[in-house]
Amino acid sequence: MSKRRILIVEDEADIRRFIRLALEREGMTVFEAGSAEQGRIDAASRQPQLVIVDLGLPDGDGKTLIRELRNWSTAPILVLSAREHEQEKVDAFDAGADDYLVKPFGVPELLARVRAQLRRASIVTTEGANPSVMTFGAIRVDLATYEITRAGIPVHLTPIEFRLLAALIRGHGKVITHRQLLLDVWGPGYIDRPHYVRVYMANLRQKLEDDPARPQHLITELQVGYRLAGLNRET
Amino acid sequence: MMSEGRPNPDRLLEALTDETKQQGRGRLKIFFGACAGVGKTYAMLQAAHQQHEEGVAVSIGLVETHGRDETHRLLDGLPQLPTRSVQYHAHSQREFDLDGALVAQPSLILVDDLAHTNATGSRHGKRWQDVEELLSAGIDVYTTLNVQQLESLNDVVGRIIGVRVQETVPDQFFDRANDVVLVDLPPDELLERLKLGKIYLAAAAQQASSNFFRKGNLVALRELSLRRLADRVDMDVRAYRIHHAIRDVWPTRERLLVCVRAEMSHERLIREGARLAQSLQADWVVVHVDELRRSRSTAEREALLKLAKLAENLGAEFANIPGEGVSDMLLDYARARNATKLVLGHRRNHWNIPWRKRLADHIASANPDLGLILLHLSHAETPPEKTHAAEQPGVKVSSLVLSILACGLTTVVAALLLRVFDLSNVVMLFLLTVVLVALRWGKAAGALAALVSVASFDFFFVPPVLSFAVSDTQYLFTFVLMLVVALVTGQLAARLRAEAVSATAGERRATALARVARDLSAAIATEQIMAVCEEMIAPLFASRGALMLPDIADRISGEAADFADTSVAQWAYEHVQPAGLGTSTLTAASAQYLPLKAPMRTRGVLALRPERGALTTDPDDRRLLDACCALIALALERVHFVEVAHDTLLRIEGERLRNALLGAVSHDLKTPLTAIRGLAETLETTGARSMHEHVEIARAIGHQAEELHRLVTNLLDLARMQSNGVRLYRQWHHLGEILGSALAGMGSTLGSRRILTELSADLPLVELDATLFERVLVNLLDNAAKYTPPQATIWVRAIASANTMYLYVEDDGSGLPTDVDVDSLFEPFTRGAKESPIAGVGLGLALCRSIVTAHGGTIRAMQRPPQGARFEICLLLGAPPEIESEDLL
Repeated sequence: MSKRRILIVEDEADIRRFIRLALEREGMTVFEAGSAEQGRIDAASRQPQLVIVDLGLPDGDGKTLIRELRNWSTAPILVLSAREHEQEKVDAFDAGADDYLVKPFGVPELLARVRAQLRRASIVTTEGANPSVMTFGAIRVDLATYEITRAGIPVHLTPIEFRLLAALIRGHGKVITHRQLLLDVWGPGYIDRPHYVRVYMANLRQKLEDDPARPQHLITELQVGYRLAGLNRET
Repeated sequence: MMSEGRPNPDRLLEALTDETKQQGRGRLKIFFGACAGVGKTYAMLQAAHQQHEEGVAVSIGLVETHGRDETHRLLDGLPQLPTRSVQYHAHSQREFDLDGALVAQPSLILVDDLAHTNATGSRHGKRWQDVEELLSAGIDVYTTLNVQQLESLNDVVGRIIGVRVQETVPDQFFDRANDVVLVDLPPDELLERLKLGKIYLAAAAQQASSNFFRKGNLVALRELSLRRLADRVDMDVRAYRIHHAIRDVWPTRERLLVCVRAEMSHERLIREGARLAQSLQADWVVVHVDELRRSRSTAEREALLKLAKLAENLGAEFANIPGEGVSDMLLDYARARNATKLVLGHRRNHWNIPWRKRLADHIASANPDLGLILLHLSHAETPPEKTHAAEQPGVKVSSLVLSILACGLTTVVAALLLRVFDLSNVVMLFLLTVVLVALRWGKAAGALAALVSVASFDFFFVPPVLSFAVSDTQYLFTFVLMLVVALVTGQLAARLRAEAVSATAGERRATALARVARDLSAAIATEQIMAVCEEMIAPLFASRGALMLPDIADRISGEAADFADTSVAQWAYEHVQPAGLGTSTLTAASAQYLPLKAPMRTRGVLALRPERGALTTDPDDRRLLDACCALIALALERVHFVEVAHDTLLRIEGERLRNALLGAVSHDLKTPLTAIRGLAETLETTGARSMHEHVEIARAIGHQAEELHRLVTNLLDLARMQSNGVRLYRQWHHLGEILGSALAGMGSTLGSRRILTELSADLPLVELDATLFERVLVNLLDNAAKYTPPQATIWVRAIASANTMYLYVEDDGSGLPTDVDVDSLFEPFTRGAKESPIAGVGLGLALCRSIVTAHGGTIRAMQRPPQGARFEICLLLGAPPEIESEDLL
């Protein structure tokens, strides 16, 4: 496959450098932009397959950039954010970002997330319609027949639990915010009841994870949302 | 009392406060004249033109030309502010537009006729109040005034010219003016002008000249105005002397006591008192002795109120002292207040009752040192007061009927007793009846009962029975004595009752005030003060009350009161004067708005809407109201300062912590930084070094960076929690989720240690700030990892019981340090061993406690048997929101 093209929009030169070095070592082509303005131009001209955006850009709001990109691109967007600004992260996801990294982050984390997002993207692009059978870990889900098995043994889910799982699967490993899940699974009337999502996620973890306290797939992003990691299409 | 040459500090302070008040205030120039037609308006307009030529922004507010051509011509060339037109009895009047003037904000404004009464519907009752507001807004004002329109001279002028002008201006206002220009015209010239028709239009001129413009009048008026102006100059000179402590003979401190009765004729006493006080440079007090045995009619009460108001307008204190015995009360009061002179009114007594000494004689003989000034009061000054029988309080027809019935009853009883007892005991029985009747129904009923008793006694019991004739003349003596005794005891009983009623009323007020004071002193929040106002104070005055407080922008907010008008309240608040119903400003309002003035500043406005009719005007009740307002203001101020003190304490605590932080931080931050820098520089130098070494060094740099990160995060969190309090973003969370998130990020720290989690599946949701609580778990786990060997086990357990959640983080390492008190581990910068090789400032546990406490929970550390440490967190479980249940697929 051709080299993956990644665009980094980050104003701190040293951070750009180590990201570039790490990604280039993985065999990707990396473009750098030092400001939101530059990022806009580069995104349009270089057509990257993944964009890394820092939320704290000096000349603009990271959110705005993300929204603009989403207008014409479906490339996955990874945001870099500081720890305290949960609301910032939630806004970024609502604007269309897919995953995030909290500063300071390490190289292994970075690589893991980039790879996950690229794989996710490939799942979507190589298929026209959504695949109906997905697997993650020992779990196998058939979206068409509503059959779920865990290491071969069938698992019984309530309708809402299934809808929740399906929403996560549709997200393909993206971070989905509470708000989006509530809208998707329950409807607009439940938008201010995040405890619903939490309770149902706990149920899902109980039923599907080996160690509910240390989930491998149904990952919690505290105060932001949830993510389904390790998703694969059944071949 | 005063050392020579040094100015009295009180006076200096007064002068200083006056001066500071002057800054920001407009300057008032009054064109003062003896009477109409001397040319005040003309002079005012001339002066205005001069100012206009010098470039000052002059506006004409309202100028009366009275159809005089010369004056009218001077109006040209000066911009005129539009006047308001007010409908008054089928024709419209032009009135000065105060709001328009305040908006236009000229530098100088001309307002004619200072004593004018505004039409109803205007903001203030009088034009001088309008001018006062203009001056407060910083606008300079020119105005005109006649000498007879001064309050203190009103009656004097009235007596001279035989006509009393109704519209007056208080003397204080006049004395506070910055400049007074006397517009003087000799009387002959004035009469000349009148004849030439330059003053009034010809038709009215004749009438004017015969009534008012008599030469004698004009001369007297001119002299009065000159003298009044000289007084003003004298005051200025005196003030100058005081301010600069010029050596002089200071007048001995006089204090005047003006003694009045509740009659309008005593008004003269007060005005004379004002003039005397001014010429003696003395303080003066107007005193009224409230004799309890005299019930006061409505007219008397109104007269008393008017006198009180006049006294206050003229700058005196008004005291209403209850008690019996006018001369004794006056002497006591004079002694208490250190009065030097007494001003009394006296009338020529038509009936010279020989044994009744005059009040003046009493006082003179009791205290010869007290100076007495006697002023003659003539009856002709005031129209005789018509007292209607119905107005006399206490004389109810029903009580008279009842007293007659009582006597009848006694007669019957006596008739029955006559078989057993002697006739003399019947007299006693009647006497008893009279006393009881007087005690119950008052003086008049008692007197009637006395008469009826005697008659009944005569008719039914004295032989010959059933006739008013008397057989034995000694019974006449009995009758007379009986009547006298009955009347005397009856009156005494009634007086006793009146005193008791008055005392009860006084006690009621005192108790109410004490209760209000006690409740307000216990209040620590504004809501409590509001509650006290509405529930306790307002009912005292038969009104609905509401407390209106200013917001950040200093605007009164009316959300507490539905009946209150915020604009009137805003005016009262800004001008620190009562407004609304029963005052002279904005009288059309439905409630009275009283500003709450505390020593530092005005704290708000109390709005009172009377249940029916008007708010009480009884002076004692008004005094109670004033006392309540002062108490409320003080309470508000106290609550405000309690908050300020609390905030200050918090800030001081934060400062202290910050300082400690800075000290510890510099050391613990520099350590990893030194390591990173050193290691990086090592990498920089090229030399024989294996790949393995390079990787080792790089790894070490990474590790140090992580340490630094952890330290900085903890520092930031702790500082944030201390400085602006803790703002928790609480939501209903699953503890397992937070734990999972914490564990997910700690892989490298925990290394090869075993982590066992025991969280029951049906653990209820807890209301937590997830990010902060994650930090608690991270810190506890980090602690466990730091102080245990690499093969240790760490448990995380959570149990919910009743309404508490217990969370345990324990390990089987070496346990808590034994030489340090367990509780002190949670203090910032405390660690087990002082300078231990283990990195970390000792903030982790302090942060944990801070966060857990902010959630309303507790955290403890204890030993875990057989070995290891255990940290226990208790959190109160609330009531998690309901989740709708559903069935399985």
